[in-house]
Amino acid sequence: MAYGSNTGLWSWLTTVDHKRIGTLYLFTALTFFMMGGFEAELIRAQLQHPNGRLLGAEVYNQMFTMHGTTMVFLAIMPLSAAFFNFLIPLQIGARDVAFPRLNAFSYWVYLFGGIFMNLSWFVGQAPNGGWFGYAPLTTMAYSPLLNIDFWVLGLQILGVSSLAAAFNFITTIINMRAPGMNLMRMPMFTWMSFVVQFLLVLAFPVITIALVFLQFDRFFGTNFYTIAAGADPLLWQHLFWIFGHPEVYILILPAFGLVSEVLPTFSRKPLFGYPVMVYSGMLIAFLGFGVWAHHMFAVGMGPIADTMFSLATMLIAIPTGVKIFNWIFTMWGGNINFTVSMKFAIALVGLFTIGGISGVMHASPTADLQQTDSYFIVAHFHYVLFGGSMMGIFAGIYYYFPKFSGRMLSEKIGNWHFWLSFVGMNLTFFPMHFSGLAGMPRRIYQYDANQGWDTYNAMSSYGAYLLGFATLFLVYNMLKSWHGGAVAGNDPWGAPSLEWSIPSPPPDYNFAEIPRVSSRYPLWDVKSPELTTDVPHTREGEKRIDVDAAGQHVGGGKAIGNPAGASSGASRPTHVERNHKTAEELGIPMPYPTIKPLFVALFMVTMFSGMLLIHKDKLGLALAVIITSAMLMTGFLYAWLLSPLEPEHH
Amino acid sequence: MFEPAGPQAHLILQLWHLIAWTCAGVFAAILLVLVAILLRTPRAPMPAAPDLSTTDKAEPGPRRSVATAVVASALLLLALVVASVFTDRAVARMSLVDAVNIELTGHQWWWSARYINGPVSDTFTTANEVHIPVGRPVIFTLKADDVIHSIWVPRLAGKKDLIPGRTASLQLRADEPGVYQGRCAEFCGLEHAFMGLQIVADPADRYEAWAAAQRRPASEPADAQALRGRELFLSQSCAMCHAVQGTTAGAQHGPDLTHVAGRRELAAGTLPNTRENLQAWIADPQKHKPGTNMPSTPLSQADLSALVTYLETLK
Repeated sequence: MAYGSNTGLWSWLTTVDHKRIGTLYLFTALTFFMMGGFEAELIRAQLQHPNGRLLGAEVYNQMFTMHGTTMVFLAIMPLSAAFFNFLIPLQIGARDVAFPRLNAFSYWVYLFGGIFMNLSWFVGQAPNGGWFGYAPLTTMAYSPLLNIDFWVLGLQILGVSSLAAAFNFITTIINMRAPGMNLMRMPMFTWMSFVVQFLLVLAFPVITIALVFLQFDRFFGTNFYTIAAGADPLLWQHLFWIFGHPEVYILILPAFGLVSEVLPTFSRKPLFGYPVMVYSGMLIAFLGFGVWAHHMFAVGMGPIADTMFSLATMLIAIPTGVKIFNWIFTMWGGNINFTVSMKFAIALVGLFTIGGISGVMHASPTADLQQTDSYFIVAHFHYVLFGGSMMGIFAGIYYYFPKFSGRMLSEKIGNWHFWLSFVGMNLTFFPMHFSGLAGMPRRIYQYDANQGWDTYNAMSSYGAYLLGFATLFLVYNMLKSWHGGAVAGNDPWGAPSLEWSIPSPPPDYNFAEIPRVSSRYPLWDVKSPELTTDVPHTREGEKRIDVDAAGQHVGGGKAIGNPAGASSGASRPTHVERNHKTAEELGIPMPYPTIKPLFVALFMVTMFSGMLLIHKDKLGLALAVIITSAMLMTGFLYAWLLSPLEPEHH
Repeated sequence: MFEPAGPQAHLILQLWHLIAWTCAGVFAAILLVLVAILLRTPRAPMPAAPDLSTTDKAEPGPRRSVATAVVASALLLLALVVASVFTDRAVARMSLVDAVNIELTGHQWWWSARYINGPVSDTFTTANEVHIPVGRPVIFTLKADDVIHSIWVPRLAGKKDLIPGRTASLQLRADEPGVYQGRCAEFCGLEHAFMGLQIVADPADRYEAWAAAQRRPASEPADAQALRGRELFLSQSCAMCHAVQGTTAGAQHGPDLTHVAGRRELAAGTLPNTRENLQAWIADPQKHKPGTNMPSTPLSQADLSALVTYLETLK
């Protein structure tokens, strides 16, 4: 039994198929997103009135720490990862990622790491030092309980997942592109993902080092962050933000990639300024490593350093502005189709701009001294992360759900989701600009009345409830449509890139025949050949493409598209096609399903969690857990590495 | 934004207005173009064929627009950097002639302020309420005792971090008398929300009178109950952390209480300073500020009353 069945729990536990792993990422990350959202609702309920009494100081601090940590590491990053997994191989015309089992491992590490960190709620000691975890507050002297241990170990675990995935995707994109897909023909989402993987590879080691220091301080009595022993109190801040600022781009660039897919499709027009979009993405990522200290203007680094970081920060606004202008001019002169996905994408263009521009306001060190650590900042980065990342991800979900599931999401419910989110998001976060300017600092669990903050906080709270309510529409829509939505067919949107040339959901081997690519918009070339006769780079006659809109065609070079076909409602199929030829029948070697990556991940996490017992004064038990887990992990790792990936090639 | 009451906050406010209006203008322009394009672009029926005419052709119109927008935003950004640098210089160059020197130390979760002007004998220490003279510059030397804190008095100046093991400096001046609310702006643990600081700007004569009073040790209690209160203060755990100048209590782990009765608030902005609140605070600090380092002191009602009577004499 080479391939296993495609249904049942076991098939999900053992899958190495990038599409199924992407689906797992999607639903897991949405679950964590709901948890982070629930934490946000509690925070807003606490702050709705002055002197709120719902949460005490300790629980409130845990709540905002876990809200931030969850949204960054357990929701938005993995939501992006869901798209990396599902889309990158499809967009570049590959059958899977370079290392399918490593891919499964990344997912399981993420899942177990997320569960590990949230188990802290059950012992009442959830992380409470903020998502930024400034030392020395997070050292043993000031945080002696398990809270920070959960946080440090949890982030280390999640870092393993991100790094493994990043190397995997870099290798995939460099090595596995279909013939003819040179770098400047890659879809923009793949491009932005490519950039993000490099950000991950370069930024995560920095936070890893910072966390290793903290871990050693906490567990083994070293003094990396002990001021009395001569530590530099700013060491943590520098290391954290050298990671933390590129992290912002790790969170936003995938969303930029998604809307760069959505806007052209629904404007019926190629992306305006494709090469400039590529280069500005790279430039944003590059400059992103040189601006970290704009998070630290209040520490007083002196005018020279302040000015340099200020200039670098202002510079980032330029490539970011270029992206915004290019999106706007992608729509200009097109024919716009206002689907829900398009609405979310347009919302990103507007709302992210607000966050981007208020970012420019913090780039001035002097002005930032009045803004930093106030609610003005909270407003700013929620416009970036909700108005930007989440709006982009929602656009991506509505756009790609048909490819994930073979079914369309309901546009009607989607419209409710969009408009309630749009209103809710602005009602929540816009008043925060004003509460911040009225002097309200962040991370306070209570405030006195009559400081001019009451109305703004009440508005933010009502907005947050509305936003939470809106998200239920998405959940309902997804659950309802997963089996009951309109059948999508290969290409419900008339989109240009390769993933739409194959069935929805795609067969496990993706492409029966690896396509040959001769332009940036392979499907548009196929489906509207009359439109591209003028286009020089597609003028290669019959040879220009091998993509077959049905995914089964293996013929020699003649494009057999279905011009109106898949994109018009009339000729849309009435059932989801699942009886493709199997990989075996086509003679395509597929990787064996395997449970080993799951066990390697599981025992890696139990190994880390054994460290908690050290602080429970059970050194013997801790050693037993750690050593047993390490042995099991190594054993399963060897078993994984010594078993063949796929059947012998015929 | 906050109504400025001193030159530092005023300069920052001017800069802020410039930046905010520039940014608002840019956003309005982008939004206008976006909305105009959305309104003017025709709607497409779903299966509309894509328009690929632009694939490899230059689009001179949009290209010019984007290039213009990029150049314009670069110039605006540069202007903002220049304005910011000049504001920073102006803030740094405030005259410090005749300045008042105060060493401000952040603790979890309160502030101690040591006035270090003139001879050593003139030095005095207070907590959570800092009086400054109107119209005279003040140099705060910033230190931290445990973790990183940050001082923020929005109406007077921007933030500055108080970093353990380091010394920083913040200069400001209040040009109008008044009480300026300040607080810790860097998350510093459990009770970060209740780490308030009041800056009270007094006219020169009132400030001098206040400072002179602060320099004096605590006055001798007049009545028997207050005397008993002092005995309790010195014999119970109070004296292990707090100082009252003129008595044997000299510990510096908690706020200096030599003139505690003259302050407006208790426990760094947690409670207004009234007799009832003081009594309730001593009886059970954990109820009002959970996690504060001050433990509950088991005292009989009579003892508690005597202790509070004594503290009330520390004007």
